[in-house]
Amino acid sequence: MSAPAAPAIAPVNVIDVANIEVIYNHVILVLKGVSLTVPEGGIVALLGGNGAGKSTTLKAISNLLRSERGEVTKGQIHCRGERVDGLTPNDLVRRGVIQVMEGRHCFGHLTVEENLLTGAFIHGSKRRQIADDLEKVYHYFPRLRERRTSLAGYTSGGEQQMTAIGRALMSRPTTILLDEPSMGLAPQLVEEIFDIVKNLNEQERVSILLAEQNTNVALRFAHYGYILENGRIVLDGAAAALRENEDVKEFYLGVGGEGRRSFRDVKHYRRRKRWL
Amino acid sequence: MGFFLEVLIGGLLTGVLYSLVALGFVLIFKASGVFNFAQGAMVLMAGLALVQLIQPTYIGLWHFVGIGALVAAVAGLLVLRVLRGGTFAVVKGDWRVHLPMLVAVGAGLVGGLLALAGGAKGWPLWLAIPAAIAVMVAVAWVVERWVLRPLVNQEGIILFMATLGITFFIDGFSQTIFGSNVYPLNVGLSKDPVFLLESVFDGGILVNQLDISGAIIAGVLVAGLAVFFQKTRIGRALRAVADDHAAAQSVGIPLNWIWFIVWSVAGIVALVAAIVWGSKLGIQFSLTFLALKALPVLILGGFTSVPGAIVGGLLIGAGEKLAEVYFPALTKYVLGTAMPGGIEYWFAYVLALVFLLFRPQGLFGERIIERV
Repeated sequence: MSAPAAPAIAPVNVIDVANIEVIYNHVILVLKGVSLTVPEGGIVALLGGNGAGKSTTLKAISNLLRSERGEVTKGQIHCRGERVDGLTPNDLVRRGVIQVMEGRHCFGHLTVEENLLTGAFIHGSKRRQIADDLEKVYHYFPRLRERRTSLAGYTSGGEQQMTAIGRALMSRPTTILLDEPSMGLAPQLVEEIFDIVKNLNEQERVSILLAEQNTNVALRFAHYGYILENGRIVLDGAAAALRENEDVKEFYLGVGGEGRRSFRDVKHYRRRKRWL
Repeated sequence: MGFFLEVLIGGLLTGVLYSLVALGFVLIFKASGVFNFAQGAMVLMAGLALVQLIQPTYIGLWHFVGIGALVAAVAGLLVLRVLRGGTFAVVKGDWRVHLPMLVAVGAGLVGGLLALAGGAKGWPLWLAIPAAIAVMVAVAWVVERWVLRPLVNQEGIILFMATLGITFFIDGFSQTIFGSNVYPLNVGLSKDPVFLLESVFDGGILVNQLDISGAIIAGVLVAGLAVFFQKTRIGRALRAVADDHAAAQSVGIPLNWIWFIVWSVAGIVALVAAIVWGSKLGIQFSLTFLALKALPVLILGGFTSVPGAIVGGLLIGAGEKLAEVYFPALTKYVLGTAMPGGIEYWFAYVLALVFLLFRPQGLFGERIIERV
């Protein structure tokens, strides 16, 4: 794939999405040419409103799309230089790419610990390694150790989110696709979870692709950000730069520019599309 | 009192069989959301396979050799799969690409020869039962590969229709191969009646030994399944899939593999049901419609509950026998004339109807965990 010269200089991209188009049910075009890269060890935020296509992008990478009758019709997805569109989710987890789904999706009738153990499914019966990994997850999420024997369905939203992330960790991932970890959680918990994610990124060298609506928090923790609107990437840049960007401030962070402006003055591409 | 207990115990032991069939339903329904009408046909298939292997004189030698070869090929592939850590993946262009095929053909040849050698007097039980299990695993594989996988994500009703198709295919295909006789199955379970509790009641309680051994076998099976589901990695994965397909997929649990396993387990449950039922009444084609008897059991117990299937089966088994025996007496007492019997045939369905009206989720139906 890559040029033979100077491999040390060019950083490896763990995820490389090139111009993908996604169609659901053969008719609904959701992504209209999305490209993005996740460098090794980076936290990349994918931002945008409801229905912008954030989750779809993540599912296209992890290939959970197919079970929702979605399909990547154009473009390519590479993972460390290997083409991965067309592989099953199981293949991707074996390659170290795992998705934490939006809305937690814990196994409600399993205990917290059993939930974590299901994450180690691909490691078969390597008892030693699984026990070590379990210890590690409890180290990052001490709260889960207290709740280990509770049914996951009866734990709080925050604990479920931790269970979901911990479960993904049990597969020993190199990249986590994290979908809306802040959904439905109190700001304080959001902060706590993002801190842990940051720790994981720094200590375990896990790369993270984060889909978030909470632009404010996401841009504080991420290194780089992409803004998705209507299935297209409209803006991207280093997180710090995005935070200072006037458009991002106005549309996503909720801090307006100076004074009230007429809608007519807003450049057409910044307007929401209207009918009539 | 002694008579009442006798009827009750007889009913409960029949109920065990209903439970076994319902159990197969529940397993598949939980893991894949498919209502598998073919469970009864699978009981038939398992029974026929076992009978043919034990007593090969029933069918032509070459059919027998064919079955032997098929069984051996499946066993060979499974062994290969286990040895390779659950994957057939090989290097592209390597000769090993053809390894599964070679193993299948090789094992098939060996199996065929073995069958030829054993054809004259039939296989011993210790060989025939694993072979029958291999047949059921083969059925599971075929169903997963050629029916479930192409129909993934379809509506429940479409999958149900597909299982109806499987039912009649198995039913008809078995008749094509084996003819439509009733085959007695003898796996060495004693059929002699025994008297229990003779010291308590005058004359004791008459119970068929076969029923008791059947109940014990079923109990062992259920205990084994419970351990499998609670303690093993695959069992845990099965429960995870039952809870949330999408999440299970996201952590790398391959759904196809899980479906294959759960259909295999249902096949083994069907085999046990066939052994118990077949020892009692012989292996016959009406076994296919055991599925209809399992339906009220499921409604009573709840479609997703293993304990529900067991309790439901026992309730219906005992209930219909008691009703059959005592209803005419009751009508005589109330109406003055005894109504004829036949209640056995509709009791279960009326009971199920009452449950549908007042407790549609069944006795042990999904304990829905929902937090807002």
